[in-house]
Amino acid sequence: MNTETNKQGRYSEVYQLNFGPQHPSTHGVLHMLVEMDGETCVGVDTKIGYLHRGMEKLMECRTYLQGLPYTDRLDYLAGVNNNLPYVLAVEKLLGVEVPARASLLRMLTCEIMRLASYMVGVGIYIMDLGAVSGVFYPFQEREYALDCMSALCGARMTQSYIRYGGVQADINEEFDAAYQKLVAETPRFIEMYHKLVDENEIFLRRTKGIGVISAEDAMDYALTGPNLRASGVDYDLRRDAPYCLYDRFKIEVPVLTAGDCHARYVQRMLEVEKIFQLIKEIYAALKEEPVGEIMAKIPKVLKPAAGEAYAQTENPKGIMGCLVASEGKLNPLRVHFRRPSFDNIAIFEKIMPGHKVADLVSIIASFDIVLGEIDG
Amino acid sequence: MEFINNIFVNIAGLVRWVFNWLLGWLGLPLGLTDVLMTAVYWVAIVVVCVLCALFYVIWERKLAGYIQRRPGPNRLGPNGWLQTIGDAIKLVMKEDIVPDKADKPVHLLAALLAFVPPMLALAAIPFGEGMAALDLKLGVVYVLAVTTLASLPVLLAGYASNNKYSLIGGMRVVNQAISYEVPQAFALLSVIMVAGTFNLTEIVHFQQQHLWLVFVQPLAFVVYIISAVAECNRAPFDLPEGESELTAGVFTEYSGMRYALFYLAEYCNMFVAAGLATTLFLGGFSGPFLPGWLWFILKTFVIMSVFIWVRWTLPRIRADYVLSFCWKILVPLTLLNMLVTGVVLYLI
Repeated sequence: MNTETNKQGRYSEVYQLNFGPQHPSTHGVLHMLVEMDGETCVGVDTKIGYLHRGMEKLMECRTYLQGLPYTDRLDYLAGVNNNLPYVLAVEKLLGVEVPARASLLRMLTCEIMRLASYMVGVGIYIMDLGAVSGVFYPFQEREYALDCMSALCGARMTQSYIRYGGVQADINEEFDAAYQKLVAETPRFIEMYHKLVDENEIFLRRTKGIGVISAEDAMDYALTGPNLRASGVDYDLRRDAPYCLYDRFKIEVPVLTAGDCHARYVQRMLEVEKIFQLIKEIYAALKEEPVGEIMAKIPKVLKPAAGEAYAQTENPKGIMGCLVASEGKLNPLRVHFRRPSFDNIAIFEKIMPGHKVADLVSIIASFDIVLGEIDG
Repeated sequence: MEFINNIFVNIAGLVRWVFNWLLGWLGLPLGLTDVLMTAVYWVAIVVVCVLCALFYVIWERKLAGYIQRRPGPNRLGPNGWLQTIGDAIKLVMKEDIVPDKADKPVHLLAALLAFVPPMLALAAIPFGEGMAALDLKLGVVYVLAVTTLASLPVLLAGYASNNKYSLIGGMRVVNQAISYEVPQAFALLSVIMVAGTFNLTEIVHFQQQHLWLVFVQPLAFVVYIISAVAECNRAPFDLPEGESELTAGVFTEYSGMRYALFYLAEYCNMFVAAGLATTLFLGGFSGPFLPGWLWFILKTFVIMSVFIWVRWTLPRIRADYVLSFCWKILVPLTLLNMLVTGVVLYLI
């Protein structure tokens, strides 16, 4: 322990506090070695790797088809969204054309899971601030989204629904029923949650002006996703570099400028509304699309030509990129993911010093991190 | 009716008569009766303490369940009402883990002492007409003094655990308890100014003759409830425990029986706070039709439910706001309230 006199001229000792890996609000096993002066944080060292499973190596040791389900386990709150960049990259290597209907189904499921992921993000955020009841309402809403996925492909969280060349299954009556339920419940939920949380004085005090990130810092530290947009940078891959058939739709991207914890909450709630709109539009487009192929013609044994391909998508946590290098063998030579949560937490060391212990919790919660993604 | 109203007083009279008879028969000095009766009172208070803790733990979990759109515990016993007993047995059977570097005697002492302040306070609270084990002239002062002690075992626990989270939690307890003692005392003082007595039973009698003091001193009531929540370390003031910040705060290194003691003591502390609020503001044991002690239990039940409702609704306040809220808002408000009360009383 080193001894020093702090700013007010009082004698105090700086001590180290192990925040995690066993801690209820580090969203899993994030470990932060925090230098504390009383209750104030003076330095943070983020340590990761407690959930490392060697995902990329595992995928390199297996055939393409065997490797696909591993992607679900990265950001396990939004399984299909992780399938997409990997599948897109492999498809680039294979040079296949995906049927329009399959692309629409990919987008629909991705948006539904994006909604589900945001629900978890918002709910856990409120819970980490101490209002435990706040987690149950979004989770109910997420359940409707998961029911849709369950009806569509039989899996709730780790779906592996998106396959090379298309998707696993077409929509059915069961999905339609679950979808109608989702559509009926979401607006009610959004309205109710705004009433529950938005004007809570304690919530505002705990989040306003906490963990402020300027637009420059956000770009310097390669923040992506809602955390970036809450800092005033108007960037969303779905609109700015469309993949699948996102260019067919008008994507509205809310942008806030405050860049604090409160803005990150508001950003997510605003985006939930836009996502819900988009889900409805994509579903309508899907209904108009003639029923047909949902899989392109791909060989039984995948052996992409030698080369490299990179694809990136807008995931609930930020931009997920995937690099696949092939030697023309059964297994990929190299698979690498740009995992958004991993890049997002780099800024912790810059914004956390100067805040109280309770604020560290708000900051971590407002980033909506997933350790499966950070550790890979 | 009259019989049911005085049932506990009659039981006490009967016990006293039996002791007198026994002592006379054994040829011992009759002065011993008082000593024996004190023991009986203590046993009664311990039973009340444990019963209300057991009941309110399960009631809190039920109510939390209803707030969170889930049924809550509903397996053990009729609709889950025996769950706490099952949990208590489980906690008692568990291995008693004490950290290697902990201050072992203090670690144990903290858990044992946790129950003492609420028991001391309950002794002075009138559950019904003539049902206060300790009918003190300065009842209010006594209760305030012993409830302040409730933060001591928690501080001991935080210090003895030799854990940084516990230590931060322990510091917060002292911070919070000492600060909120001030508005709480001021709020009670304005009640005493109106009632003109420190005796808890006489304050209830005053309310029987006039009207409930919550209508005379609504501000003092609100301030008292807020301070009571803070004193009991309950959400939104549960900073010492602060689950999402400090893992379990002061209780991080406690497990099994020792944790159970703290857990039950928390509910006893709440019961004392609710009982005091009932006595001072809601007319205590006074009420029509039903026996007095039942009125007391019903009123405390309502206040306890409010405590639970608040806990499961609000986020946790940050440590520095807790203090600024106390010193910048509650203390000036209560001082103003006292000034107005004094002026009005002087004019009347």
